[in-house]
Amino acid sequence: MTTPLLSLSSVACTRGGVTILDNVSFQLLAGEAIILRGPNGSGKTTLLRTISGLQPCLHGVIDAAPDSIAYAAHADGLKSTLSVAENLEFWAALFGTRSIEPALEAFDLHSLKHRRAQALSAGQKRRLGLARLLVSGRPVWALDEPTVSLDKTAVALFAKAVQSHLEAGGAALIATHIDLGLEAGTLDVSQFKPDKTEVGAFDESFL
Amino acid sequence: MIRLLQRDIRLAIRSGGGFGLALAFFLIVVVLVPFGVGPEREILSRIAPGVLWVGALLACLLSLDRVFATDYEDGSLELLATAPLPLESLVLAKGVAHWLTTGLPLTLIAPVLAVLLNLPESAYGTLVLTLAFGTPALSMLGAFGAALTVGLKRGGLLLSLLVLPLYVPTLIFGADAVRRAADGLETTTPILLVAAITLGTFAVLPFAAAAALRVNLR
Repeated sequence: MTTPLLSLSSVACTRGGVTILDNVSFQLLAGEAIILRGPNGSGKTTLLRTISGLQPCLHGVIDAAPDSIAYAAHADGLKSTLSVAENLEFWAALFGTRSIEPALEAFDLHSLKHRRAQALSAGQKRRLGLARLLVSGRPVWALDEPTVSLDKTAVALFAKAVQSHLEAGGAALIATHIDLGLEAGTLDVSQFKPDKTEVGAFDESFL
Repeated sequence: MIRLLQRDIRLAIRSGGGFGLALAFFLIVVVLVPFGVGPEREILSRIAPGVLWVGALLACLLSLDRVFATDYEDGSLELLATAPLPLESLVLAKGVAHWLTTGLPLTLIAPVLAVLLNLPESAYGTLVLTLAFGTPALSMLGAFGAALTVGLKRGGLLLSLLVLPLYVPTLIFGADAVRRAADGLETTTPILLVAAITLGTFAVLPFAAAAALRVNLR
C-alpha cells in the first residue's frame, strides 16, 4: 500500500467569506490523475488554490509533503518582455531544475525559443505556462483549466506530458471541462456543496 | 533570490524607463526649484539639502506601485508564492531590485544636481553618503506599502499616503546631516541614525510585507 501524495479529509473552503465547499475528502496516489468537474462557480479553482496553500481551509486537513505541489492558474505568469527561454530559465532556476530542454521539447516550443512572450499567441503562451510545470520538478500538479485556448494538437501534447508525468510517479489534479483522453478518476465538486450557506466570522479576512 | 533580482533588473531595463523615470523626475524637480525660488545663491544653498532629499524621496515614490502590481496582474505573484522561495526573500529581492533601479542612480546623480542648487562643497560627500544609506530604507518601506496595497485597483494613492509618513524620519536625519555638513558641523549622529533606520527596515519589513502579501493573495 503506497502512501498518497495528497490526501484531503473533510476540508471546507471559503471564497469571499462564503463556504462553497464542505466535507471534501479524497486521496491522490502516485501515478493517478483526478479530473475535477462541476459547473462554473462550483469551487474548482477555490479547491485548487486551497490545496496549493494560497488560502487557508476553514477546517479539515490537507496532507501533502512540503513543496510537493505545482500550481498552474488561469494566468500564466509570463513576463512579456522576456523571451520564451528566459521565462522558462527563470522558473527553472527558482525551482532548482537544471535544464529547460525537456520542457521545451514536450510543448514544442523549440522554434519559439527566442521569441518574446508578448509576441506569442494565446495558445503559445498557455503552452509556455504549462511548460513551467515540467521545470518545477514537483510530483503533484494542480491545474486550473489547463487547456483553455489550446488547439487539438496542443491538447494532445499536454495529455502526453501529463501521461509521462504520471508514469514517472507523479500525480495530477486537473479542473477541466473537456475530455483529455486520460485514464483518470472524476470528481464532481458540486457534490460537496454545503447544505446551508454558512458565513465565516466577520473578521475572518484579517486572520 | 539572486535570479529574481536579475529578472527584475532585466525587466526594468527591457521595459525602458526603469532607470529613467526616477532620474528624470529628480532632474526636473531640482531644475525647477531655482526658477520658483529665484536665483539668489544664498537662499539656494540654504535650501539645497532639503530640496535634494525631498526630490530624491518623491522620485523614489514614483515607481513604488509597480513593485508587486505587475507580478500580481500577470499571475506570476501567485506562482512565486507557491515556489520554493519564501515570500520574505521575495520581498527582500524586490526591495533590493527597486533600490538598484531607483535609489542607486539617484544617489549617483545627486552631486551633479547639487551644483545647480549651489550646495557648499563641504556637503557633497555627506549628500552621497546619506543618500546611499537612506534610499534603501525608502525602497524597503515602499515594498512594504506596495505589499499592503497589491490587490487594489488604483492603489497608488493609498500607497503614497501610507508610505510618506514612514519616510519622515529618514528625510529628517538625511537632510539634517547634509545641512550640518554644509554649515561645517559634526555629521556622525544623523548619518548613523539614517543607517540605523535602514538596517531596522531591512530586519523587520520583509516579514511584515510577506504577511501582507499572504493576506492579499487569498
